[in-house]
This record gives sequence, structure tokens and C-alpha cells, in this order.
Amino acid sequence: MSDQPKLTEPLPSPAGAVPGGAGLSPRQRQTISRGVQYVIFVVLVALVVSLADWAAIREHFLDMKVAENLFPEIFTVALKNTVIYTISGYVLGFFLGLLVALMRLSSAAPNRWVALVYIEVFRGLPAVLVFILLGLAVPTAFPGIRFPFDEYGVVAIALGLVSAAYMAETIRAGLQAVPKGQMEAARSLGMSYSRAMITVVIPQALRIVIPPLTNELILLFKDSSLVFAIGVTSATSELTKFGQDIATEYADSTPLLLAGATYLLITIPLGIVVRRLEARQAKAR
Amino acid sequence: MAHAVEIRDLHKSFGSLEVLKGIDFDVEPGQVVCVIGPSGSGKSTLLRCVNLLEQPTAGTVVVEGVELTHRDVDIDAARRRVGMVFQQFNLFPHMTVLQNVMIAQRRVLKRGKAEAERIARENLDRVGLSEKAASYPAQLSGGQQQRVAIARALAMSPSLMLFDEPTSALDPELVGDVLTVMRKLAEEGMTMLVVTHEMAFAREVADRVVFMDGGVIVEDGPPAQVIGAPRHERTKSFLRRVLDPTHTDV
Ligand SMILES: Nc1ncnc2c1ncn2[C@@H]1O[C@H](COP(=O)(O)OP(=O)(O)OP(=O)(O)O)[C@@H](O)[C@H]1O
Ligand SMILES: [Mg+2]
Repeated sequence: MSDQPKLTEPLPSPAGAVPGGAGLSPRQRQTISRGVQYVIFVVLVALVVSLADWAAIREHFLDMKVAENLFPEIFTVALKNTVIYTISGYVLGFFLGLLVALMRLSSAAPNRWVALVYIEVFRGLPAVLVFILLGLAVPTAFPGIRFPFDEYGVVAIALGLVSAAYMAETIRAGLQAVPKGQMEAARSLGMSYSRAMITVVIPQALRIVIPPLTNELILLFKDSSLVFAIGVTSATSELTKFGQDIATEYADSTPLLLAGATYLLITIPLGIVVRRLEARQAKAR
Repeated sequence: MAHAVEIRDLHKSFGSLEVLKGIDFDVEPGQVVCVIGPSGSGKSTLLRCVNLLEQPTAGTVVVEGVELTHRDVDIDAARRRVGMVFQQFNLFPHMTVLQNVMIAQRRVLKRGKAEAERIARENLDRVGLSEKAASYPAQLSGGQQQRVAIARALAMSPSLMLFDEPTSALDPELVGDVLTVMRKLAEEGMTMLVVTHEMAFAREVADRVVFMDGGVIVEDGPPAQVIGAPRHERTKSFLRRVLDPTHTDV
């Protein structure tokens, strides 16, 4: 398609091919535009590199002595807690999200309203506000109440409540993408509505939404850093809080950089998985 | 003798659109009734009202002595006795052929695994597809998928089978296999209500042909009469269009 026909005599030029193009083919123009972009990019990088104070950076961000103090706790405590928070919040959010999605599609209007209010509220509130409310306000308002597994329970519920709102909308879209004939075939075989949902519609819907739900797992992995708002102890601190505490202790930013790298250790492979899944679904279509 | 299906003054509207305008007819046990008529005349809607996939606006539907339109009826239980085959097959794509034929037996009839599998294989054999048990629907041709759909419905031991244009989505060379299965089923004495554009099939297999137009039954009688010697002008002009090979898009 990039082959330009060699024209010996001018043909009536198509609309848009104005003579002002100075005789350049679209391909030549594209090459020039690419070249300009590269030059700008290189200049920007050079600018940043030359303006940076490398000695200071090495001292504050890459201090090996400080880094030594992070191990092995950065993995055995901080990453472990981050993973526990993420997975417990995700599992809770998934089942709550599925429930809300089913309510959104219910034939009973009150179910739909409750689901809609839930989604709008928890999608509209900053996650950190939800965490503060759950960590501080609920124990004050209901002094008798105790969350199961203490802090772990509070975090799981907080992350679950927030992620459920997003997952509900994703799952609802998946449920609606399953052809109507599937439900009808199941019902015509004598299955009840809920039986048909469980055996026929939901399994197909979940297959459709695996990529966006894996994306949600990545988002939640990062959102778990917000649990500082609940007030965690050193034993229950996750990556961000852990890095921050040690950074404060040594007045050095190296721990933050290492904490960041640890997040990427998990999120980048997950991102690759998502892209693989999406590519596979695009091919299957 | 009790009717297999008994429909009285059936009306169905979608919003302000009245699709069925008072349908009365019966199907006797063992009868094969073919429903023909132009697109949009309400054939599918009628069929879907017989197993209450559509809720009739008014009128009664009685299947095997059970009034499905009665408010106290357990519709899930009633549907078990009525098999339905769709134009688009509607096999469950996430299950193998065998699982497709077993799942409702297991979950609805609560048959044991061994029994359900035996009955599934029997019915796959009936439609000539026993060797495809382990395949997924996507790996089958349209004609094979439709035969699996028939086996799936038969595995529930229905006393009535509904077919909604079972061959309309198929390539012409695949239509024959499906019609052969249906013909065999009719010979075995299955009560069948078939919406179809296959006039040869209707003429040969049907005990009765019902011609619908504009939400009413225009003509109802043996195929030799309704197809062979129609009395109404609307039937005649419809048949002219269907039987004329230059107008296949009816
Ligand atoms: N769920 C629905 N909502 C609104 N209108 C509907 C619905 N189902 C069917 N209709 C309308 O009812 C009319 C009859 O539809 P029906 O599917 O019963 O016709 P048909 O005789 O089966 O036609 P075809 O031969 O094209 O399948 C059509 O005008 C259709 O648009
Ligand atoms: Mg139809």
C-alpha cells in the first residue's frame, strides 16, 4: 500500500493533495514528521539529564547503605501485606460486584436502584475517603462493632467496597454481551432464571471480562497503598507506607524508589498478561 | 382425548404493536403441525407463547392438560415437557456437545451423572453425532450444531417439540440432514409444532399446515388443502412467492 505509482504526467490530483505539499509524497512527509519527533525527544532527555544534580540523586535515591536496611522486610512484610490486602479486597470486591451487577439487571426496580446508588456513590467518592470513614468513623459511630481479622478485615472491606463498584459495571457489560438466545435456550430446558444465570450466562460473561477484571486487579494493587489512611502498624504496613517510614527514618528517598520498583515487579507482568488475554480474545472474535 | 396443545383466544402485544390478534388452535398428540406465513406475521411469537418465553397479553395456553398461562403454574416445571429448537441453535459455547446435552438433565431433572451421560449419548446417536460428543459447538457445522440442539431438547424426554425455523440459518446443503432427523422424529410419533419455510417438508411430513398472516390464522388444514389448494387469496399469494424460486427471500 505504500507503493507510490510513478506518474510521468500529472493526473487530476485527489482532494487534499494540494500543490503546497512542495512535491513531497505522503510517505516523505511522514518520515520528516517522525524525524522531528525523535529530535524533540532527544533534546528533552538531554535537557533533563544535564540539569539534574547526579551526585544528589545518587545520595538521596540510590543510597546502598539505606537500601540494605530494607531487606528482607520489603518482601516478607511489605509486599506480603500488599498482596494480602489486594487479594482479599479483590475477592470481596468481585463477589460484591457480581451481586451488584446482577441487581442492576434485575427485573425488580428496587434492586436496580440500590445497585445504581451503590455504584454511583463508591465510584464517585475518593477511595481514600472511604478508607478514612471505615477506619475511623465506623468504630466511633458503632463502638461495639469489630471487623473480622482486625486491620486486615477493615482493609479488605474498604478495598472490596471501592473495587466492587468498578467491577459491577464491568461485569454488567459482560452479562449483557452474552446473546439473549443463551438465556432462552436454558429457560426452554426448564432451568430457572437463577439456575440459567449460574450455569449458562455468568460463565460466558466472566470469560468476556477477564481482561478488564485483571486490569482492575492492577489498579487495586496500587490502591492498596491508600490503607495508610486507616492507620496501619509496622507489622501490617504495606509497600508505600513501609518505604515512607524508612525514608523518614534515614532522611533518604532510596526506600521509596525500591518500594516503587517492587510494585512494578508485580504490575508489569500482570499488564503483559492482560495484553495477552486481550489479543487472544481479539483473535477469537 | 386430551389435546397436546390447546390455545384459546391468544393475544400478544409488544407495547402498542399487537402481534397476535386472537389465535385459536389445537395440536393432537402425535400430530405434526407446520406453521407458515410471511415474515413478521407472528409465527415465532406464537411458538414462544406456547412455552411462555413470551408472556401472552391475553388468552390461555394449555399443554398436556396444564394451563401454562395460569398464575399459579410452576413454569420451570412445565417447560421441561416442551422442547424448543431455535433458528440460531443457541448451543452453550462454553460446554462440549456432551455437556450441552447433559447439563439440563443433571441440573433440572437431577439425573445421576452416569444416567445423564447414557441418555445424552443415546440422543446424540439418534441425530447421528455420537462421534462429536467431545467437540465444542464452534467446531461443528451449522447443521451439526442444530442436530445437537435437537438432541439436547430430546434428552429431556419432552412430549412436545417446538421448532422455530430450524433450517433457516443453514447453508442449503446442510438443511437435508436436519430435516431427516425431524422426519424420523415425526415417524416415531413425536408431537411437533414447526415454523418453517420448507414447503416440501411441510407437504410431506405435516398432518396439518397453519397459514398465519397479520397475527391471525388465515387457513388451517391438511397440507394437500392449505398448500395444494389454498382457499384464501392471502395464502395463494404467499405460496406463489415462496414456491417461485426467484422469490426466495420470504
Ligand atoms: N420482543 C419484541 N419486542 C417488540 N416487537 C417484537 C418482539 N418480538 C417480535 N416483535 C415484532 O412482532 C412481529 C412479529 O414477529 P415474529 O418474530 O413473531 O414474526 P415471524 O412471523 O416469526 O417472522 P419471521 O418469519 O421473520 O421470523 C414483528 O413485527 C416483530 O418486529
Ligand atoms: Mg420468526
